[in-house]
Amino acid sequence: MLLIPCPWCGPRDEAEFHYGGQAHVAYPDDPAALSDTEWARYLFFRDNPKGPFAERWNHTAACRRWFNVVRDTATNEIHAVYRTGETRPVSA
Amino acid sequence: MSTDELPEHPDRLWNSPEPKSSYDVVIVGGGGHGLATAYYLAKNHGITDIAVLEKGWLAGGNMARNTTIIRSNYLWDESAGIYEHSLKLWEGLEEDLGYPILFSQRGVLNLAHSMQDVRESVRRVNANRLNGVDAEWLGPEEVKEVCPIVNVSPDVRYPVLGATYQPRAGIAKHDYVAWGFARAAAAMGVDLIEHCEVTGIDVVDGRVRAVQTTGGRIAAGKVALCAAGHSSVVGRMAGVELPVQSHPLQALVSELLEPVHPTVVMSNAVHVYVSQAHKGELVMGAGIDAYTSYRQRGAFHIIEQQMAAALELFPVFARAHVLRTWGGVVDVSPDASPVVGLTPVDELYVNCGWGTGGFKATPGVGWCYAHTIAHGEPHPLNAAFSLERFTTGALVDEHGAAAVAH
Ligand SMILES: Cc1cc2nc3c(=O)[nH]c(=O)nc-3n(C[C@H](O)[C@H](O)[C@H](O)COP(=O)(O)OP(=O)(O)OC[C@H]3O[C@@H](n4cnc5c(N)ncnc54)[C@H](O)[C@@H]3O)c2cc1C
Ligand SMILES: [Zn+2]
Repeated sequence: MLLIPCPWCGPRDEAEFHYGGQAHVAYPDDPAALSDTEWARYLFFRDNPKGPFAERWNHTAACRRWFNVVRDTATNEIHAVYRTGETRPVSA
Repeated sequence: MSTDELPEHPDRLWNSPEPKSSYDVVIVGGGGHGLATAYYLAKNHGITDIAVLEKGWLAGGNMARNTTIIRSNYLWDESAGIYEHSLKLWEGLEEDLGYPILFSQRGVLNLAHSMQDVRESVRRVNANRLNGVDAEWLGPEEVKEVCPIVNVSPDVRYPVLGATYQPRAGIAKHDYVAWGFARAAAAMGVDLIEHCEVTGIDVVDGRVRAVQTTGGRIAAGKVALCAAGHSSVVGRMAGVELPVQSHPLQALVSELLEPVHPTVVMSNAVHVYVSQAHKGELVMGAGIDAYTSYRQRGAFHIIEQQMAAALELFPVFARAHVLRTWGGVVDVSPDASPVVGLTPVDELYVNCGWGTGGFKATPGVGWCYAHTIAHGEPHPLNAAFSLERFTTGALVDEHGAAAVAH
């Protein structure tokens, strides 16, 4: 079980959270301009690295807020936690 | 079946040759799919200059970590096509490989716990029958006849309202299946090379040329990926992005028990799948852990949930002890269907995205993938499972019938 440090509530068990997948996936600026291939990438393709990964979590059982986590998918080690809207820490 | 009836193995099942500097076909990944593909390439297409490269040991990935459920009662025509082809091959596989695989057609019940479940299940039974797949809809009392230990009382949180039943479904001994394919492929001249990790894929002018490995460079006429949980990692080596996410998937077994469970029971709604292995362990699986990860271990709360579900369905398990738990890494696709076919790189082929349910496909996909590799174009049964479907939108959306289930 992951111990996830919520930026508002502090470290809590993974079971209190809902996983939201890859972070920083922006809705297309001009949806009508996208080709089928670009739509496919936006809808169906997400990074799946074996290593550091920026992802979203929601603290559903407490503050109910979304935030971002950089976690290493090879070790599950959490390198950084930051609030939605903040940029990903460079070192993480 | 008791333990002393389990078959003996020969001392050696395959040779461990040094890799040559070049092969007609290099298969990345020595799980069931890689081994079956090598076997059918040799047997059906006469291609024997093949190396299967495995970074660990043969069948050390998901192949011998799964809960071994085999069925073909999928909803859509495309899925019914490939899984039923596979089931037919399972039915003759022991004889074909000349090796015991303990395929036991003890049937599978997929339980329904809500009116929504009931409607979807009945629809699936009808769809299965139209596709020539054996399927029946059973009410709660009939469920109890097939599997007397299922609790069909209406007084539980998710009562059993009925089930689909596929009598030809069942289980097989997964490690024997891998060894059977390995032995038969090796006998036809395929080189099975363990402890050889592919670390790079050389692509020149849009065509694959070689793989880089921990044992050096190996030139290849064709390269076929069969790396299950690591598909994204190996795909990227050739610049090919795949629409899959890697997740831990856990399973567990109990201590050995007397035969109590005559069939396979699956419940998507409460997330548990149970059968009893030939030796007597209860074998249970659940859903994936929510987050992506390459760690072959998941969280304890998943096991707790699956045990709670199992206990409500099978009160008789209350005193069974968990003997061991483990995890695998599965690659899950957006439409819960696999990706099998060509890639944007010439002579590079992909087989991935089987998620939680690819064991049952082992002979069927090996057969179709071998055809795809040999001919440079998909077999009719895997044509719909192309990478392009995510661009064309022709998805094979099996969430209803597959989702987290096996
Ligand atoms: C707990 C669990 C329960 C499951 N239950 C069922 C079930 O009941 N029924 C069902 O149908 N399916 C089930 N599955 C799914 C099924 O096991 C998989 O879909 C199937 O095994 C995938 O194909 P494979 O056998 O080739 O994969 P694997 O056996 O995982 O083979 C892939 C191989 O590639 C190797 N590899 C990876 N990267 C490299 C590299 N760079 N170089 C060399 N080798 C590499 C790996 O080491 C691995 O051995 C389950 C899976 C798990 C984990
Ligand atoms: Zn919080």
